[in-house]
Order: sequence, then C-alpha cells, then structure tokens
Amino acid sequence: MSIKVITPGMLSTIQDGGRKGFAALGFNASGVMDVRSYHIANALVGNFTDEAVIEMTYLGGSFKFLESNYIAITGADMSPKLDGAPVEMYKTVFVKRDETLTFSAAASGMRTYLAVRGGIDVPVIMGSRSTNLKCKLGGLDGRALKAGVIVPCRDVYDEFHKHLIHSAPKEDFGSDEITVRVLLGPQDDYFTERGIKTFLNSTYTVTNESDRMGCKLSGEKIEYKNTVDIISDGIVFGSIQIPRTGNPIIMLADRQTTGGYAKIATVISVDLPLLAQARPGTKVHFELTDRQKAERLLKQEQKEFHSHLLHY
Amino acid sequence: MNAPKFLSSGDSAITVEFGNEISAEINACVHALDKALRKKNILGIVETVPTFRSLLIIYDPCITGGEKLKAKIAKLCRDLKASSENRKKIIEIPVLYGGEYGEDLKDVAKINNLTEEEVIKIHSGTDYLIYMLGFLPGFAYLGGLDDRIKTPRLQNPRTKIHAGAVGIGGEQTGIYPLASPGGWRLIGTTPVKPYDPERAEPILYSAGDYIRFVPIDKEKFDDISAKVQDGTYECRIIGGDGE
Repeated sequence: MSIKVITPGMLSTIQDGGRKGFAALGFNASGVMDVRSYHIANALVGNFTDEAVIEMTYLGGSFKFLESNYIAITGADMSPKLDGAPVEMYKTVFVKRDETLTFSAAASGMRTYLAVRGGIDVPVIMGSRSTNLKCKLGGLDGRALKAGVIVPCRDVYDEFHKHLIHSAPKEDFGSDEITVRVLLGPQDDYFTERGIKTFLNSTYTVTNESDRMGCKLSGEKIEYKNTVDIISDGIVFGSIQIPRTGNPIIMLADRQTTGGYAKIATVISVDLPLLAQARPGTKVHFELTDRQKAERLLKQEQKEFHSHLLHY
Repeated sequence: MNAPKFLSSGDSAITVEFGNEISAEINACVHALDKALRKKNILGIVETVPTFRSLLIIYDPCITGGEKLKAKIAKLCRDLKASSENRKKIIEIPVLYGGEYGEDLKDVAKINNLTEEEVIKIHSGTDYLIYMLGFLPGFAYLGGLDDRIKTPRLQNPRTKIHAGAVGIGGEQTGIYPLASPGGWRLIGTTPVKPYDPERAEPILYSAGDYIRFVPIDKEKFDDISAKVQDGTYECRIIGGDGE
C-alpha cells in the first residue's frame, strides 16, 4: 500500500506523536500539532493511536492511492473529494486503487490529518517517524512532501474491518474566538500584578507569523518587572513566552528545546488543539485554571476516547 | 544542596530550579537529580531536559499525578548527595587547529597577544563542563574557557559554518554539530561527528559530561576522517561511572 503525492499543498508533512526522549540532546520534538484530531484519525482506521499520518496545513494536497485501503480524515475541513465526489470526514472510508483524494483550502481550522490503515511506513529515526524540518530528520528525507513522491504505507492483512468503528463526533473549528485555559508559571514572578491581569483579561489576536514552531499573538503589552531575560531553561508544548515586545508567543510542536525568555504560563493539554487549529486573526482569551482540573480534564478526555473510539 | 524550587510548567511538566545563576555547583545539582531520576525510573516520566540551573521533568499526568510526582522528586532531592562523588566523564574530541581548518586562529592569537601555539595549548589544556545541550541538536554550552583566549564574536557572522567547526565566541567555546550560520571565531575542526542521526547514540556526549580537545595533525585528521566514514572510529572516553 502506498500513496503518490500529486500536489503537496501548502505544507504537508509526515508526523506522529513526536520524537520524545531527545530534548536533553537539543532535538526539538516535532510531531503532530493537533493531537486530538490525530488520535481520532488513527482510531478510525483501526491503527494504534501513535501511527504516522499526513498533516496538511491550510491548503491541502492531492493524493493518488496506489492500492485500495481504508482511510480517515480529521481536523480542519478542507472539503475532501474522492475522484470528484465529496468525502465525509471523521468517518472510516474505503478508497480503491487509483482513486485520487483532493483537498482544497480549509473552510475553518488550519490543519487536517489523513490516516491510512496500517500507518505510514517511513523509517523510524530516534523512535519516531515525524518530520523534523529544522534538523532535516524523519518523514521522507526530513522534508515536507513534494509532488511526485511516493509515501509508503504498511500492508495489513488482518480482518480489522470487522472491528472498525465507523465514525467519530466531528470537532468544529469554525469559531473565530477561543478561550484557552492556562496554569501560571514557571516564571510568572517576572511579571507585575498588572501584567498578569493584562494577560488574563485582554484579548489577543493570532498573527500570520504563526507556524508549527509557535503561535505569535498581538495585543496589549504584558508588563514585566525588570527583565524577561532568564537563564535559558527547558520549554514544553504550550509554554507561553513573553519576549521584550510584551506580546505572547505560545510554543508548539516544532518549538526549540530551551529558551531564554520568561514564560508567564502554560496552556493545559486539552486546549492545545484549539491553538493548533487557530488561524491568523483568531481572537484568544486566556483563562486561569488549576492543576487538578487540568489533570481531570485530560483523564476524562482519554477515558471518553477509549470508551467511544477504541472498541477492541 | 539547597532545597530547590518547584515551578509549574503546565499540567505535564515540572521545572525544578536549583538557583538563578550559571555555576558549576548549581549545574551539578541539576545533573545529580537527572541521574537519580533515571536510576529510580519513576513510572510516568517521559523525559527530562537539564539546563544551566534547572531540570525540566516532562511526565504523563494520566499515569502519575503532578502533586504525587512532586512529592517523590522532593524526597529524591533531600536524599541527593553532592555529585562530586560521581566520577567525571571526559570525552576526547580530536581537533585540527588553524590553517584552513580554523581560519580565525591567527586573529584569536593576535587579539590576545599570544602565538597560535599558545592558543592551542590553552584551549586544549582545559576540560570543559557541558552545562546543557540546546539551540541545535548536540550543541553544547561549555563552561571553563580560559580568560586568556576569550575573544569577541565576529562583527559579521558567517552565513554558513561547517559541521565539526570548533570556535570561540566571547566567553564560550564549542563545536558546531551541524552546518549553521554563526558568529564565533573558528579555531579548528574536528573530524568526528558530534551528531549523527544514524548512530545508536546520535549525540556523542551528554550534559554533565566534560569535553577535552586534543590537538591532532593533518595526517591524523585524515586517518580519523576515514575511520569516521567507515563507522569504526570511537572517541576516547576517560572516567565516568560505568553507566
């Protein structure tokens, strides 16, 4: 089973859960931006949730299936069409050999996931198939997909289709205003009381300088005490850095491993997909929550996922 | 060891901070905790990122709750012994200094009123502590550069520095693990690859180890280069505690 890339779209890469365990050596994790959509896509084709998929950005590509297989499409709605006929998203779809799947620009949201039964079968490098564009590592030769390349997929012979769940609830990314919940820290003490208030009470806008590395926001400047320069320390998916401009940058999948700006807060895990799908112009509000609640929400999401989507 | 601060880095990470300065003592605490955590193998910890003065601990909150993990780490910190008990691990990095392999060696010598030989002797005469890795895969932030050879960065950074270049930038020295732009003054080149994604250990060294630069001549450089190509070269490692 393999897929031929006819057109790659704006930025399509092979991603999985990310290259974990190498941040201490300076490797950025990469991996999918919207983990929730990614897990659902894999579940719909009966894969383990960490199989590699294709992540498309804003403008999707077109792909020809060189063998028949099951696929699923989740995330942003790029109006997918199979040989011209609309294809439902969040649903298990059987594609026949030589059929072509074409995506357009996203009607809402930013990133779409295409999972195939068996998973994409590029070599595992340092524990992951994710494309790391900065280090030119993983995926297909460490690069974004290009027209004409063949994306290999693993052959599967089992009778999985008997166990398949066929659809999942669709997530709506149509809102132009989102609220993301945060926990303060690790360097909230670098900011004045007024600065923290500004951060939590004003509205920020996603700028078009945002990418897989970070979501850059503009809005009211956040007041800091003396400096926002810190002795470089580790950063995570969701760290909110405040550089000297006073405007937040939320670190995402392609973030560097360490950074020298104070981090006022961290986005909680269950709200990260909202940022991954936020288009430039989206209004962002930050809402303070606590660790117990963040943990509870994540556990609840996992529980629901396991009971509704993983049937065997 | 001072009691560290526990900082929140979201619902899946804790930053354990041992101080707010760059010092070998504080950095030793970071690496001691990192090592202790690895030995303890606590369920739920995904990975750790040691930096100058803190350790970022990333965990899966569905496996271990944050508060519970914090209590375990706090206990571990109380029991930590001064890490000087661990034997220093030194990785020898062969370097061909000067000439076309280190174009700025003559300037570094001139600026510091030294001969090129003296710069080489001083640069290779110290074991450098790796405080942390970051910026690029395998880029080591080294401490311990001798005052006599500290040299300001180039005014016009180079757009491309080759992988393996050894340079001095202000108070720092280090190796470029992959080709990159940069403003450091290049004093030599190592034939070994600090970073090789095909290798079982993609990076030759870890934070907390020491690097010792060993001067080599062109003949030795070519010899090592050939072995590196074959995958048969191994850097000499001194000390360590046999992990």
